[in-house]
Amino acid sequence: MTTTDSPAVTRHRPSALRKVLLAETRLFLRDPATAFFTLVLPLALLLILGSAIPAFRQPDPATGERVVDIHLPSTMIMLAVATAAFSAIPSVLATYRERGVLRRLSVTPVSPATLLGAQLLLNLATAALAAFLTILSGHLVLGSLPPAAPAWFVLAFVLGVSALFTLGLCVAALVPNGRAAGGAGALAMFPLLFFGGLWLPRQLMPEVLLRFSDFTPTGAFAQAMHDSWAGQAPQPLHLGVLVAWTLVAGAFAARAFRWE
Amino acid sequence: MEIIEITGLRKAYGGRAAVDGVSFTVREGEVFGVVGRNGAGKTTTIECLCGLRTPDGGTLTVTGLDPRTDRAEVRRRVGVQLQDCSLPDRLRVGEALDLYASFYDRPADWRSLLEEVGLGSKRDTPFAKLSGGQRQRLSIALALVGAPRVAVLDELTTGLDPLARRETWSLIEQVRRRGVTVVLVTHFMEEAERLCDRVAVIDRGRVTAVDTPAGLVARAGGGQRVRFRGGPGADEVLRALPEVTSLSREGDMVTVAGQDGVLLAVTTALAACQIVPAELQSERATLDDAFLALTGRPAADPA
Repeated sequence: MTTTDSPAVTRHRPSALRKVLLAETRLFLRDPATAFFTLVLPLALLLILGSAIPAFRQPDPATGERVVDIHLPSTMIMLAVATAAFSAIPSVLATYRERGVLRRLSVTPVSPATLLGAQLLLNLATAALAAFLTILSGHLVLGSLPPAAPAWFVLAFVLGVSALFTLGLCVAALVPNGRAAGGAGALAMFPLLFFGGLWLPRQLMPEVLLRFSDFTPTGAFAQAMHDSWAGQAPQPLHLGVLVAWTLVAGAFAARAFRWE
Repeated sequence: MEIIEITGLRKAYGGRAAVDGVSFTVREGEVFGVVGRNGAGKTTTIECLCGLRTPDGGTLTVTGLDPRTDRAEVRRRVGVQLQDCSLPDRLRVGEALDLYASFYDRPADWRSLLEEVGLGSKRDTPFAKLSGGQRQRLSIALALVGAPRVAVLDELTTGLDPLARRETWSLIEQVRRRGVTVVLVTHFMEEAERLCDRVAVIDRGRVTAVDTPAGLVARAGGGQRVRFRGGPGADEVLRALPEVTSLSREGDMVTVAGQDGVLLAVTTALAACQIVPAELQSERATLDDAFLALTGRPAADPA
Protein backbone atom coordinates (compact mmCIF):
# COMPACT_ATOMS: atom_id res chain seq x y z
CA MET A 1 0.00 0.00 0.00
CA THR A 2 2.92 2.32 0.44
CA THR A 3 5.02 0.87 -2.31
CA THR A 4 5.32 4.22 -4.03
CA ASP A 5 6.60 5.85 -0.87
CA SER A 6 10.30 6.01 -0.32
CA PRO A 7 11.71 4.02 2.57
CA ALA A 8 12.34 5.87 5.80
CA VAL A 9 15.92 6.80 5.13
CA THR A 10 17.41 10.21 5.59
CA ARG A 11 18.50 11.33 2.17
CA HIS A 12 21.13 13.96 1.82
CA ARG A 13 19.77 17.21 0.52
CA PRO A 14 22.56 19.54 -0.45
CA SER A 15 20.09 21.98 -1.95
CA ALA A 16 18.35 22.79 1.37
CA LEU A 17 21.40 24.46 2.92
CA ARG A 18 22.08 26.27 -0.34
CA LYS A 19 18.48 27.50 -0.51
CA VAL A 20 18.46 28.58 3.13
CA LEU A 21 21.79 30.34 2.66
CA LEU A 22 20.45 32.12 -0.41
CA ALA A 23 17.32 33.23 1.45
CA GLU A 24 19.36 34.42 4.45
CA THR A 25 21.70 36.33 2.14
CA ARG A 26 18.74 38.09 0.54
CA LEU A 27 17.36 38.99 3.96
CA PHE A 28 20.78 40.27 5.03
CA LEU A 29 21.02 42.50 1.97
CA ARG A 30 17.51 43.84 2.63
CA ASP A 31 18.52 44.93 6.13
CA PRO A 32 20.90 47.83 5.44
CA ALA A 33 21.69 48.47 9.12
CA THR A 34 23.43 45.13 9.65
CA ALA A 35 25.37 45.41 6.41
CA PHE A 36 26.36 48.96 7.34
CA PHE A 37 27.71 48.12 10.80
CA THR A 38 29.61 45.06 9.63
CA LEU A 39 30.90 46.15 6.24
CA VAL A 40 30.84 49.91 5.97
CA LEU A 41 31.55 51.25 9.45
CA PRO A 42 34.94 49.55 10.03
CA LEU A 43 36.04 50.52 6.53
CA ALA A 44 34.90 54.13 6.98
CA LEU A 45 36.64 54.37 10.35
CA LEU A 46 39.86 53.06 8.82
CA LEU A 47 39.81 55.62 6.03
CA ILE A 48 38.61 58.56 8.14
CA LEU A 49 40.93 57.97 11.10
CA GLY A 50 43.80 57.02 8.81
CA SER A 51 43.44 60.16 6.71
CA ALA A 52 42.41 62.66 9.39
CA ILE A 53 44.95 61.94 12.11
CA PRO A 54 48.47 62.76 10.90
CA ALA A 55 50.08 60.97 13.87
CA PHE A 56 48.66 57.66 12.55
CA ARG A 57 50.82 58.09 9.48
CA GLN A 58 54.05 58.89 11.38
CA PRO A 59 56.48 55.95 11.62
CA ASP A 60 57.14 54.76 15.15
CA PRO A 61 60.75 55.80 15.91
CA ALA A 62 61.53 52.38 17.42
CA THR A 63 59.96 50.05 14.83
CA GLY A 64 59.41 52.24 11.81
CA GLU A 65 55.82 50.98 11.74
CA ARG A 66 52.92 53.41 11.21
CA VAL A 67 49.57 52.98 13.00
CA VAL A 68 47.84 52.76 9.62
CA ASP A 69 50.16 49.93 8.55
CA ILE A 70 48.96 47.16 10.84
CA HIS A 71 47.31 48.32 14.03
CA LEU A 72 44.47 50.33 12.51
CA PRO A 73 43.44 47.90 9.74
CA SER A 74 43.73 44.79 11.93
CA THR A 75 41.71 46.48 14.68
CA MET A 76 39.02 47.40 12.17
CA ILE A 77 38.89 43.78 10.97
CA MET A 78 38.45 42.72 14.59
CA LEU A 79 35.65 45.29 14.92
CA ALA A 80 33.90 43.87 11.85
CA VAL A 81 34.18 40.29 13.14
CA ALA A 82 32.98 41.34 16.60
CA THR A 83 30.01 43.21 15.10
CA ALA A 84 28.97 40.14 13.13
CA ALA A 85 29.49 37.93 16.18
CA PHE A 86 27.82 40.02 18.88
CA SER A 87 25.34 42.14 16.98
CA ALA A 88 24.23 40.34 13.82
CA ILE A 89 24.25 36.68 14.92
CA PRO A 90 22.55 36.96 18.34
CA SER A 91 19.84 39.35 17.22
CA VAL A 92 18.93 37.33 14.12
CA LEU A 93 18.91 33.98 15.93
CA ALA A 94 17.10 35.27 19.02
CA THR A 95 14.48 36.93 16.81
CA TYR A 96 14.04 33.73 14.80
CA ARG A 97 13.59 31.75 18.00
CA GLU A 98 11.25 34.30 19.58
CA ARG A 99 9.04 34.43 16.50
CA GLY A 100 8.88 30.69 15.94
CA VAL A 101 10.91 30.67 12.71
CA LEU A 102 13.14 27.93 14.13
CA ARG A 103 10.16 26.00 15.50
CA ARG A 104 8.45 26.25 12.12
CA LEU A 105 11.52 24.72 10.47
CA SER A 106 11.68 21.89 12.98
CA VAL A 107 8.44 20.38 11.62
CA THR A 108 9.88 20.19 8.09
CA PRO A 109 12.43 17.62 6.92
CA VAL A 110 15.10 20.30 7.36
CA SER A 111 16.56 20.85 10.82
CA PRO A 112 16.70 24.39 12.23
CA ALA A 113 20.43 23.67 12.57
CA THR A 114 20.56 24.29 8.81
CA LEU A 115 19.41 27.85 9.41
CA LEU A 116 21.98 28.32 12.15
CA GLY A 117 24.68 26.97 9.83
CA ALA A 118 23.54 29.32 7.07
CA GLN A 119 23.72 32.29 9.43
CA LEU A 120 27.26 31.38 10.51
CA LEU A 121 28.39 30.93 6.90
CA LEU A 122 26.78 34.19 5.85
CA ASN A 123 28.44 36.09 8.68
CA LEU A 124 31.77 34.40 7.96
CA ALA A 125 31.48 35.58 4.36
CA THR A 126 30.57 39.09 5.50
CA ALA A 127 33.50 39.26 7.90
CA ALA A 128 35.88 37.92 5.22
CA LEU A 129 34.58 40.52 2.77
CA ALA A 130 35.06 43.24 5.40
CA ALA A 131 38.64 42.04 5.98
CA PHE A 132 39.36 41.97 2.26
CA LEU A 133 37.95 45.47 1.72
CA THR A 134 39.87 46.79 4.74
CA ILE A 135 43.18 45.36 3.50
CA LEU A 136 42.54 46.53 -0.05
CA SER A 137 41.50 50.08 0.75
CA GLY A 138 44.20 50.44 3.42
CA HIS A 139 46.68 49.53 0.71
CA LEU A 140 45.19 51.81 -1.95
CA VAL A 141 44.41 54.83 0.20
CA LEU A 142 46.81 54.71 3.12
CA GLY A 143 49.69 52.84 1.53
CA SER A 144 49.67 50.01 4.07
CA LEU A 145 50.91 46.61 2.92
CA PRO A 146 48.79 43.45 2.93
CA PRO A 147 49.61 40.82 5.59
CA ALA A 148 53.17 39.64 5.05
CA ALA A 149 52.43 36.06 6.17
CA PRO A 150 49.07 35.47 4.43
CA ALA A 151 48.67 31.81 5.42
CA TRP A 152 49.23 32.62 9.10
CA PHE A 153 46.93 35.59 8.74
CA VAL A 154 44.15 33.42 7.30
CA LEU A 155 44.62 30.94 10.15
CA ALA A 156 44.48 33.74 12.73
CA PHE A 157 41.39 35.15 11.05
CA VAL A 158 39.58 31.79 10.94
CA LEU A 159 40.39 31.00 14.58
CA GLY A 160 39.39 34.51 15.66
CA VAL A 161 36.11 34.26 13.78
CA SER A 162 35.46 30.83 15.34
CA ALA A 163 36.07 32.10 18.88
CA LEU A 164 34.00 35.27 18.54
CA PHE A 165 31.14 33.61 16.60
CA THR A 166 30.77 30.81 19.15
CA LEU A 167 30.71 33.45 21.90
CA GLY A 168 28.01 35.20 19.87
CA LEU A 169 26.07 31.93 19.85
CA CYS A 170 26.33 31.88 23.65
CA VAL A 171 24.75 35.33 23.74
CA ALA A 172 22.01 34.08 21.37
CA ALA A 173 21.43 31.10 23.66
CA LEU A 174 21.12 33.21 26.80
CA VAL A 175 18.92 36.10 25.71
CA PRO A 176 15.13 35.74 25.73
CA ASN A 177 14.37 37.73 22.56
CA GLY A 178 15.74 39.80 19.71
CA ARG A 179 15.56 43.13 21.54
CA ALA A 180 17.52 41.80 24.52
CA ALA A 181 20.09 40.37 22.12
CA GLY A 182 21.19 43.85 21.01
CA GLY A 183 21.93 44.98 24.57
CA ALA A 184 23.50 41.73 25.71
CA GLY A 185 25.65 41.62 22.57
CA ALA A 186 26.95 45.13 23.19
CA LEU A 187 27.61 44.28 26.83
CA ALA A 188 29.84 41.41 25.70
CA MET A 189 31.37 43.23 22.74
CA PHE A 190 32.66 46.49 24.20
CA PRO A 191 34.79 45.06 27.04
CA LEU A 192 36.17 42.49 24.60
CA LEU A 193 37.04 45.21 22.10
CA PHE A 194 38.83 47.05 24.88
CA PHE A 195 40.99 44.01 25.63
CA GLY A 196 41.54 43.64 21.91
CA GLY A 197 43.15 47.11 21.89
CA LEU A 198 40.47 49.14 20.14
CA TRP A 199 40.93 52.14 22.45
CA LEU A 200 44.31 51.38 24.00
CA PRO A 201 46.65 49.51 21.62
CA ARG A 202 48.09 46.36 23.16
CA GLN A 203 51.62 47.75 22.76
CA LEU A 204 50.70 50.56 25.17
CA MET A 205 48.93 48.34 27.71
CA PRO A 206 50.53 47.99 31.16
CA GLU A 207 52.10 44.58 31.72
CA VAL A 208 49.26 43.22 33.91
CA LEU A 209 46.60 44.31 31.47
CA LEU A 210 48.57 42.88 28.54
CA ARG A 211 48.91 39.49 30.30
CA PHE A 212 45.16 39.47 30.91
CA SER A 213 44.47 40.57 27.35
CA ASP A 214 46.53 37.62 26.04
CA PHE A 215 43.89 35.27 27.42
CA THR A 216 40.87 37.11 26.06
CA PRO A 217 39.58 36.03 22.63
CA THR A 218 39.94 39.54 21.22
CA GLY A 219 43.40 40.14 22.69
CA ALA A 220 44.65 36.85 21.26
CA PHE A 221 42.93 37.55 17.94
CA ALA A 222 44.42 41.06 17.67
CA GLN A 223 47.94 39.88 18.46
CA ALA A 224 47.75 36.86 16.13
CA MET A 225 46.61 39.13 13.29
CA HIS A 226 49.29 41.70 14.12
CA ASP A 227 52.07 39.09 14.16
CA SER A 228 51.06 37.50 10.87
CA TRP A 229 50.58 40.91 9.27
CA ALA A 230 54.13 41.75 10.25
CA GLY A 231 55.31 38.50 8.67
CA GLN A 232 55.81 36.39 11.79
CA ALA A 233 54.12 33.21 12.91
CA PRO A 234 51.53 34.01 15.60
CA GLN A 235 52.47 32.87 19.09
CA PRO A 236 51.16 29.40 19.97
CA LEU A 237 49.71 30.97 23.12
CA HIS A 238 47.35 33.18 21.12
CA LEU A 239 46.28 30.47 18.68
CA GLY A 240 45.72 28.12 21.62
CA VAL A 241 43.65 30.74 23.46
CA LEU A 242 41.41 31.14 20.38
CA VAL A 243 40.95 27.37 20.03
CA ALA A 244 40.19 27.06 23.75
CA TRP A 245 37.55 29.80 23.63
CA THR A 246 35.97 28.18 20.59
CA LEU A 247 35.74 24.81 22.34
CA VAL A 248 34.43 26.17 25.64
CA ALA A 249 31.96 28.59 24.10
CA GLY A 250 30.90 26.02 21.47
CA ALA A 251 30.19 23.39 24.14
CA PHE A 252 28.23 25.89 26.21
CA ALA A 253 26.20 27.14 23.25
CA ALA A 254 25.41 23.60 22.13
CA ARG A 255 24.06 22.78 25.60
CA ALA A 256 22.22 26.04 26.21
CA PHE A 257 20.78 26.88 22.81
CA ARG A 258 17.06 26.16 22.42
CA TRP A 259 15.15 26.08 19.15
CA GLU A 260 12.03 27.45 20.81
CA MET B 1 -8.14 3.19 6.53
CA GLU B 2 -6.81 4.69 9.75
CA ILE B 3 -4.06 7.15 8.87
CA ILE B 4 -3.41 8.22 12.47
CA GLU B 5 -3.73 5.95 15.48
CA ILE B 6 -3.13 7.24 18.98
CA THR B 7 -3.55 4.97 21.97
CA GLY B 8 -3.07 5.90 25.63
CA LEU B 9 -0.81 8.87 24.86
CA ARG B 10 0.72 10.43 27.96
CA LYS B 11 3.02 13.42 28.37
CA ALA B 12 3.87 15.30 31.56
CA TYR B 13 5.80 18.52 32.08
CA GLY B 14 7.47 18.81 35.46
CA GLY B 15 5.22 16.21 37.04
CA ARG B 16 2.00 17.77 35.73
CA ALA B 17 0.25 15.63 33.14
CA ALA B 18 -0.55 17.70 30.05
CA VAL B 19 -1.86 14.67 28.17
CA ASP B 20 -3.12 11.79 30.27
CA GLY B 21 -4.25 8.83 28.19
CA VAL B 22 -5.41 10.33 24.89
CA SER B 23 -6.66 7.83 22.30
CA PHE B 24 -8.29 8.40 18.93
CA THR B 25 -7.94 7.38 15.31
CA VAL B 26 -8.19 9.50 12.19
CA ARG B 27 -9.40 8.07 8.88
CA GLU B 28 -7.73 8.84 5.61
CA GLY B 29 -9.30 11.79 3.82
CA GLU B 30 -11.39 13.17 6.66
CA VAL B 31 -11.21 16.49 8.45
CA PHE B 32 -10.71 15.52 12.06
CA GLY B 33 -11.20 18.11 14.78
CA VAL B 34 -9.40 18.20 18.10
CA VAL B 35 -11.34 20.57 20.33
CA GLY B 36 -10.86 21.70 23.88
CA ARG B 37 -10.09 24.74 25.96
CA ASN B 38 -6.71 26.37 25.99
CA GLY B 39 -4.44 24.17 28.08
CA ALA B 40 -6.57 21.04 27.67
CA GLY B 41 -3.70 19.15 26.02
CA LYS B 42 -4.53 19.69 22.36
CA THR B 43 -1.23 21.25 21.34
CA THR B 44 0.86 18.73 23.28
CA THR B 45 -1.00 15.90 21.52
CA ILE B 46 -0.28 17.51 18.17
CA GLU B 47 3.38 18.12 19.04
CA CYS B 48 3.78 14.42 19.86
CA LEU B 49 2.10 13.59 16.55
CA CYS B 50 4.60 15.70 14.60
CA GLY B 51 7.59 14.30 16.46
CA LEU B 52 8.32 17.61 18.18
CA ARG B 53 7.86 16.02 21.62
CA THR B 54 8.61 12.52 22.82
CA PRO B 55 5.60 11.05 24.62
CA ASP B 56 6.09 9.55 28.09
CA GLY B 57 3.77 6.66 27.26
CA GLY B 58 1.28 5.21 24.83
CA THR B 59 1.55 4.35 21.16
CA LEU B 60 1.21 6.63 18.17
CA THR B 61 1.43 6.00 14.44
CA VAL B 62 1.04 8.37 11.51
CA THR B 63 0.70 6.82 8.05
CA GLY B 64 1.90 3.65 9.75
CA LEU B 65 5.08 5.26 11.07
CA ASP B 66 6.09 6.03 14.64
CA PRO B 67 7.16 9.69 14.91
CA ARG B 68 9.66 8.68 17.62
CA THR B 69 11.63 6.32 15.39
CA ASP B 70 10.76 7.56 11.88
CA ARG B 71 10.90 11.24 12.66
CA ALA B 72 12.44 12.26 9.33
CA GLU B 73 9.92 10.39 7.18
CA VAL B 74 6.99 11.57 9.31
CA ARG B 75 8.11 15.14 8.66
CA ARG B 76 8.00 14.49 4.93
CA ARG B 77 4.49 13.06 5.06
CA VAL B 78 2.91 15.45 7.55
CA GLY B 79 2.54 19.15 6.81
CA VAL B 80 2.21 21.25 9.92
CA GLN B 81 0.92 24.73 10.61
CA LEU B 82 1.81 25.63 14.18
CA GLN B 83 0.54 28.33 16.50
CA ASP B 84 2.78 31.36 17.02
CA CYS B 85 5.12 30.61 14.17
CA SER B 86 6.02 33.36 11.78
CA LEU B 87 8.57 34.03 9.08
CA PRO B 88 11.31 36.66 8.82
CA ASP B 89 9.73 40.08 8.18
CA ARG B 90 11.54 40.74 4.93
CA LEU B 91 11.04 37.29 3.40
CA ARG B 92 8.63 37.53 0.47
CA VAL B 93 5.68 35.22 0.00
CA GLY B 94 7.02 33.54 -3.15
CA GLU B 95 10.48 33.15 -1.62
CA ALA B 96 9.06 31.48 1.47
CA LEU B 97 7.15 28.93 -0.62
CA ASP B 98 10.08 28.31 -2.95
CA LEU B 99 12.34 27.80 0.08
CA TYR B 100 9.99 25.40 1.85
CA ALA B 101 9.32 23.50 -1.38
CA SER B 102 13.07 22.83 -1.66
CA PHE B 103 12.93 20.89 1.63
CA TYR B 104 10.88 18.08 0.09
CA ASP B 105 11.60 15.37 -2.47
CA ARG B 106 8.35 15.72 -4.38
CA PRO B 107 6.90 19.10 -3.48
CA ALA B 108 3.63 20.50 -4.77
CA ASP B 109 3.83 23.23 -7.41
CA TRP B 110 4.08 26.25 -5.13
CA ARG B 111 2.96 28.72 -7.78
CA SER B 112 -0.42 27.06 -8.24
CA LEU B 113 -0.65 26.59 -4.47
CA LEU B 114 -0.16 30.32 -4.11
CA GLU B 115 -3.09 30.94 -6.43
CA GLU B 116 -5.21 28.38 -4.61
CA VAL B 117 -4.81 30.10 -1.25
CA GLY B 118 -5.61 33.43 -2.88
CA LEU B 119 -2.17 34.99 -2.52
CA GLY B 120 -1.30 35.03 -6.22
CA SER B 121 -1.02 38.80 -6.23
CA LYS B 122 1.09 38.82 -3.03
CA ARG B 123 3.97 36.82 -4.40
CA ASP B 124 6.48 39.66 -3.94
CA THR B 125 5.01 41.01 -0.70
CA PRO B 126 7.22 40.76 2.39
CA PHE B 127 5.81 38.69 5.25
CA ALA B 128 5.59 41.76 7.52
CA LYS B 129 3.20 43.47 5.11
CA LEU B 130 0.63 40.64 5.11
CA SER B 131 -2.61 40.84 7.09
CA GLY B 132 -3.40 38.25 9.74
CA GLY B 133 -5.63 36.31 7.35
CA GLN B 134 -3.04 36.41 4.58
CA ARG B 135 -0.38 35.12 6.99
CA GLN B 136 -2.61 32.21 7.94
CA ARG B 137 -3.24 31.41 4.29
CA LEU B 138 0.50 31.49 3.63
CA SER B 139 0.98 29.26 6.64
CA ILE B 140 -1.52 26.76 5.23
CA ALA B 141 0.27 26.89 1.86
CA LEU B 142 3.59 26.18 3.62
CA ALA B 143 2.00 23.21 5.38
CA LEU B 144 0.83 21.87 1.99
CA VAL B 145 3.88 22.65 -0.13
CA GLY B 146 5.51 19.31 0.64
CA ALA B 147 2.44 17.51 -0.81
CA PRO B 148 1.77 15.85 2.55
CA ARG B 149 -0.71 13.05 3.21
CA VAL B 150 -1.70 14.64 6.48
CA ALA B 151 -1.99 18.36 7.25
CA VAL B 152 -2.06 19.43 10.88
CA LEU B 153 -3.50 22.89 11.39
CA ASP B 154 -3.24 24.29 14.92
CA GLU B 155 -5.51 27.17 16.07
CA LEU B 156 -5.73 28.43 12.55
CA THR B 157 -8.27 31.20 13.01
CA THR B 158 -7.39 32.49 16.48
CA GLY B 159 -7.08 36.27 16.27
CA LEU B 160 -8.66 36.56 12.81
CA ASP B 161 -11.59 38.83 12.06
CA PRO B 162 -14.85 37.12 11.02
CA LEU B 163 -14.30 37.66 7.29
CA ALA B 164 -10.76 36.29 7.35
CA ARG B 165 -12.00 33.37 9.42
CA ARG B 166 -14.62 32.50 6.83
CA GLU B 167 -12.05 32.72 4.03
CA THR B 168 -9.78 30.38 5.95
CA TRP B 169 -12.64 27.94 6.43
CA SER B 170 -13.37 27.75 2.73
CA LEU B 171 -9.68 27.14 2.17
CA ILE B 172 -9.78 24.13 4.49
CA GLU B 173 -12.69 22.75 2.51
CA GLN B 174 -10.50 23.04 -0.58
CA VAL B 175 -7.71 21.18 1.20
CA ARG B 176 -10.10 18.33 1.95
CA ARG B 177 -11.02 18.15 -1.72
CA ARG B 178 -7.34 17.59 -2.54
CA GLY B 179 -7.62 14.34 -0.59
CA VAL B 180 -5.33 15.47 2.21
CA THR B 181 -6.31 14.25 5.66
CA VAL B 182 -6.68 17.29 7.90
CA VAL B 183 -6.26 17.40 11.66
CA LEU B 184 -7.75 20.68 12.81
CA VAL B 185 -7.01 21.85 16.34
CA THR B 186 -9.34 24.53 17.62
CA HIS B 187 -11.16 25.95 20.58
CA PHE B 188 -13.89 27.46 18.38
CA MET B 189 -16.82 25.07 18.42
CA GLU B 190 -18.44 26.80 15.46
CA GLU B 191 -15.32 26.11 13.41
CA ALA B 192 -15.22 22.43 14.36
CA GLU B 193 -18.94 22.03 13.73
CA ARG B 194 -18.73 23.59 10.33
CA LEU B 195 -15.56 21.90 9.02
CA CYS B 196 -15.02 18.59 10.71
CA ASP B 197 -16.27 15.14 9.78
CA ARG B 198 -15.48 13.92 13.28
CA VAL B 199 -14.33 15.64 16.44
CA ALA B 200 -12.40 14.51 19.50
CA VAL B 201 -13.26 16.52 22.61
CA ILE B 202 -10.20 16.83 24.85
CA ASP B 203 -10.62 18.00 28.41
CA ARG B 204 -7.96 18.02 31.14
CA GLY B 205 -5.61 15.83 29.11
CA ARG B 206 -8.19 13.16 28.26
CA VAL B 207 -10.56 12.44 25.39
CA THR B 208 -14.13 12.92 26.58
CA ALA B 209 -15.83 11.88 23.34
CA VAL B 210 -15.12 11.21 19.65
CA ASP B 211 -17.99 11.52 17.20
CA THR B 212 -19.39 13.53 14.32
CA PRO B 213 -20.44 17.04 15.37
CA ALA B 214 -24.09 16.00 14.99
CA GLY B 215 -23.43 12.84 16.97
CA LEU B 216 -21.86 14.83 19.79
CA VAL B 217 -24.81 17.20 19.82
CA ALA B 218 -27.25 14.26 19.91
CA ARG B 219 -25.19 12.53 22.59
CA ALA B 220 -25.46 15.60 24.75
CA GLY B 221 -29.24 15.38 24.43
CA GLY B 222 -29.21 17.95 21.67
CA GLY B 223 -31.73 17.82 18.87
CA GLN B 224 -33.96 20.70 17.96
CA ARG B 225 -36.32 23.09 19.72
CA VAL B 226 -39.38 24.66 18.05
CA ARG B 227 -41.12 27.67 19.58
CA PHE B 228 -44.29 29.41 18.44
CA ARG B 229 -47.34 31.28 19.72
CA GLY B 230 -50.66 29.58 19.32
CA GLY B 231 -53.75 28.25 21.08
CA PRO B 232 -53.76 24.96 22.99
CA GLY B 233 -55.88 23.12 20.41
CA ALA B 234 -53.09 20.96 18.99
CA ASP B 235 -51.03 20.28 22.15
CA GLU B 236 -52.15 16.68 22.55
CA VAL B 237 -51.62 15.95 18.85
CA LEU B 238 -48.10 17.37 19.05
CA ARG B 239 -47.23 15.44 22.21
CA ALA B 240 -48.23 12.23 20.45
CA LEU B 241 -45.79 12.79 17.54
CA PRO B 242 -42.87 10.31 17.55
CA GLU B 243 -40.38 13.16 16.85
CA VAL B 244 -41.44 15.13 19.92
CA THR B 245 -39.83 14.44 23.27
CA SER B 246 -41.46 17.22 25.30
CA LEU B 247 -43.86 20.13 25.04
CA SER B 248 -44.19 23.01 27.43
CA ARG B 249 -46.50 25.98 27.35
CA GLU B 250 -46.37 29.39 29.02
CA GLY B 251 -49.50 31.30 28.12
CA ASP B 252 -49.67 30.94 24.38
CA MET B 253 -45.87 30.46 23.93
CA VAL B 254 -45.22 26.81 23.15
CA THR B 255 -41.79 25.16 23.24
CA VAL B 256 -41.51 21.74 21.61
CA ALA B 257 -38.26 19.76 21.95
CA GLY B 258 -37.38 16.75 19.90
CA GLN B 259 -35.00 15.07 17.52
CA ASP B 260 -34.00 16.31 14.08
CA GLY B 261 -37.10 16.56 11.93
CA VAL B 262 -39.28 17.88 14.72
CA LEU B 263 -39.83 21.18 12.95
CA LEU B 264 -41.39 19.54 9.91
CA ALA B 265 -43.49 17.19 12.06
CA VAL B 266 -44.81 20.10 14.16
CA THR B 267 -45.68 22.37 11.24
CA THR B 268 -47.37 19.49 9.38
CA ALA B 269 -49.45 18.58 12.44
CA LEU B 270 -50.39 22.23 13.05
CA ALA B 271 -51.49 22.61 9.44
CA ALA B 272 -53.61 19.47 9.73
CA CYS B 273 -55.30 21.03 12.79
CA GLN B 274 -55.66 24.28 10.83
CA ILE B 275 -53.69 26.21 13.45
CA VAL B 276 -51.37 28.94 12.16
CA PRO B 277 -48.37 29.27 14.47
CA ALA B 278 -47.15 32.84 15.09
CA GLU B 279 -43.49 33.79 15.57
CA LEU B 280 -42.43 30.28 14.61
CA GLN B 281 -38.75 29.66 15.20
CA SER B 282 -36.56 26.65 15.56
CA GLU B 283 -33.14 26.40 17.09
CA ARG B 284 -30.71 23.58 16.93
CA ALA B 285 -28.46 22.67 19.81
CA THR B 286 -24.90 23.49 18.77
CA LEU B 287 -21.56 21.87 19.39
CA ASP B 288 -21.03 24.59 21.96
CA ASP B 289 -24.01 23.22 23.95
CA ALA B 290 -22.66 19.71 23.48
CA PHE B 291 -19.19 20.75 24.63
CA LEU B 292 -20.68 22.29 27.75
CA ALA B 293 -22.67 19.14 28.45
CA LEU B 294 -19.66 16.87 27.84
CA THR B 295 -17.11 18.78 29.88
CA GLY B 296 -19.24 20.68 32.35
CA ARG B 297 -17.78 24.06 31.39
CA PRO B 298 -18.14 26.24 28.30
CA ALA B 299 -15.40 26.28 25.70
CA ALA B 300 -15.75 29.99 25.17
CA ASP B 301 -12.53 31.68 25.92
CA PRO B 302 -11.81 35.33 25.33
CA ALA B 303 -8.31 34.41 24.15
